[in-house]
Amino acid sequence: MAEPVTEQPEVRVDVSRAEPTTERERITPKGPREPIFQLEDVTVSYGDKAAVRKVTFDIARNEITALIGPSGCGKSTLIRCLNRMNDLIPTAHVEGKVLYHGQDLYASEVDAVEVRKRIGMVFQKPNPFPKSIFDNIAFGPRVLGMKGSMDEIVEQALQQAALWDEVKDRLKTNAFGMSGGQQQRLCIARALAVSPDVILMDEPCSALDPISTGKIEELMMGLKQNYSIVIVTHNMQQAARVSDKTAFFTVELDESGKTRTGRVVEFDDTEKIFTNPSDPRTEAYVTGKVG
Amino acid sequence: MSAHQEAIGRRSGARRAKDLVFMVALWACLALAMGLLAILLVDAVVDGAGELDLDFITSFTSISADKAGIQAALWGTVWLMGVCAFFIVPVGVATAIYLEEYADQTRWWNRVIELNIQNLAAVPSIVYGILGLAFLVRGPIDLGQVILAGGLTLGLLVLPMVIIAGREALRAVPPSIREGSMALGATQWQTIWRQVLPAAVPGIATGVILALSRAIGETAPLIVVGAATVITFNPSGLDSDFTAMPIQIFEWISRASNDVNNYKPLAAAGILLLIIMLLFMNSIAIWLRNRYEQKW
Repeated sequence: MAEPVTEQPEVRVDVSRAEPTTERERITPKGPREPIFQLEDVTVSYGDKAAVRKVTFDIARNEITALIGPSGCGKSTLIRCLNRMNDLIPTAHVEGKVLYHGQDLYASEVDAVEVRKRIGMVFQKPNPFPKSIFDNIAFGPRVLGMKGSMDEIVEQALQQAALWDEVKDRLKTNAFGMSGGQQQRLCIARALAVSPDVILMDEPCSALDPISTGKIEELMMGLKQNYSIVIVTHNMQQAARVSDKTAFFTVELDESGKTRTGRVVEFDDTEKIFTNPSDPRTEAYVTGKVG
Repeated sequence: MSAHQEAIGRRSGARRAKDLVFMVALWACLALAMGLLAILLVDAVVDGAGELDLDFITSFTSISADKAGIQAALWGTVWLMGVCAFFIVPVGVATAIYLEEYADQTRWWNRVIELNIQNLAAVPSIVYGILGLAFLVRGPIDLGQVILAGGLTLGLLVLPMVIIAGREALRAVPPSIREGSMALGATQWQTIWRQVLPAAVPGIATGVILALSRAIGETAPLIVVGAATVITFNPSGLDSDFTAMPIQIFEWISRASNDVNNYKPLAAAGILLLIIMLLFMNSIAIWLRNRYEQKW
């Protein structure tokens, strides 16, 4: 019995068509949103241990995508391979495909520095540079050689991060004098200053009080008009409040019970994940039965 | 009656005695160390304070103890420290950056380099003197017995100290700063040059000053590379003959003193001047550390 050779239907966007992100239009598209990231069987390992295995889902443009799940499920590891921050860890190794606007981020000709220009990141603990507020924002545009008035770039970034009114009179003071919540918004402003396409947030509120957290969530809701956001969070309510799509991760033990590997259980609209999940494990987690 | 219910009394005599003996022993060691240092200092002050004046600093050494001063050696030391600093800052900092930021610690050659640097810091200074003599004064580089050779020899001697201090300063900059910078699209070099290095400067500067204050007291390697013992002119450049303060002090002590020409007070005054310079350098180091050190 001979198998007929069938043409694989080309579902992906043509790689060559991937347009430079600098001139992308800032309009929210209607209808099904264009995917900005397409993950195909992504496995990230440290040494020979897989931290997260066989992840496949698409991340849409101008949406907030939340990655949730228990500790050690590899969600931080996964988000760090979206802007190649894992390259900084010598033992880290990515298999599978991470497509960004259809282009393989791990292709040999792709420069990690170029990737990070377009895909910004905000970290768990606010990490302002030991410099003035102004210099914190201006650092990115300066190293990238951006043209234009630095004062305007800084003001615009701080405006976008809803920080301008609080700090406009003390731009020259050290960023270490700000509160934790302000520092984190400064880090968001710093990321916005280089006009990225995507902002990755790795548990941005885990070190913050509820009021500061509320401000950052509000900020994220506004930012998704212009940016695509991926957020890792431990806080399920946060994912439910801010995100459009949610990926639920879990930890699997291998047969020996020694190696813990993260897997995606379910990826869907946030509303569905939290009200009508299709997997019992997701339901147990989001209703607080396990966690 | 169980142990818990006994009244809480004094510890047994034997336990208290042991405690006391140990404490007394520690105090004795401390007193010995501080006491000897104090005796040396007092001795130097008593002998030398009378000589330590402007004349001493502005005169050259002489056969006549009355007229002798330390000017040539003082300027020799200043020149040596300058050459030494010029050499150790770029080379030491660059090495520290390579080892801390670029070197892959899983590679054997990087571990060998690291081990070597730790060991080099413990090599006796006379060995560096011989190295300087064989490679800088004579041999392939053939500079002659000049300031440049002396300064570079001292530089080689304290280079491991600078590298180790530099690495510690770089390591004290948290990885989150590097991540924050790289996440904005900065290259590794931009991250190091604009974020990591500025944050590490106070620590590096402290290390450099401490290294120089080790170099300033070194005598043996300078004797080997040919510092002159009697010189009555200031250095005129890198290719000038030279002497240095420890050598001048050594030379005065080794002269035969008599009632007419007593050189011992000169040596004591030289020691005092050297100690004052050392204290000054170390206070700058402490001030730098307190003033500019970044709290993360």
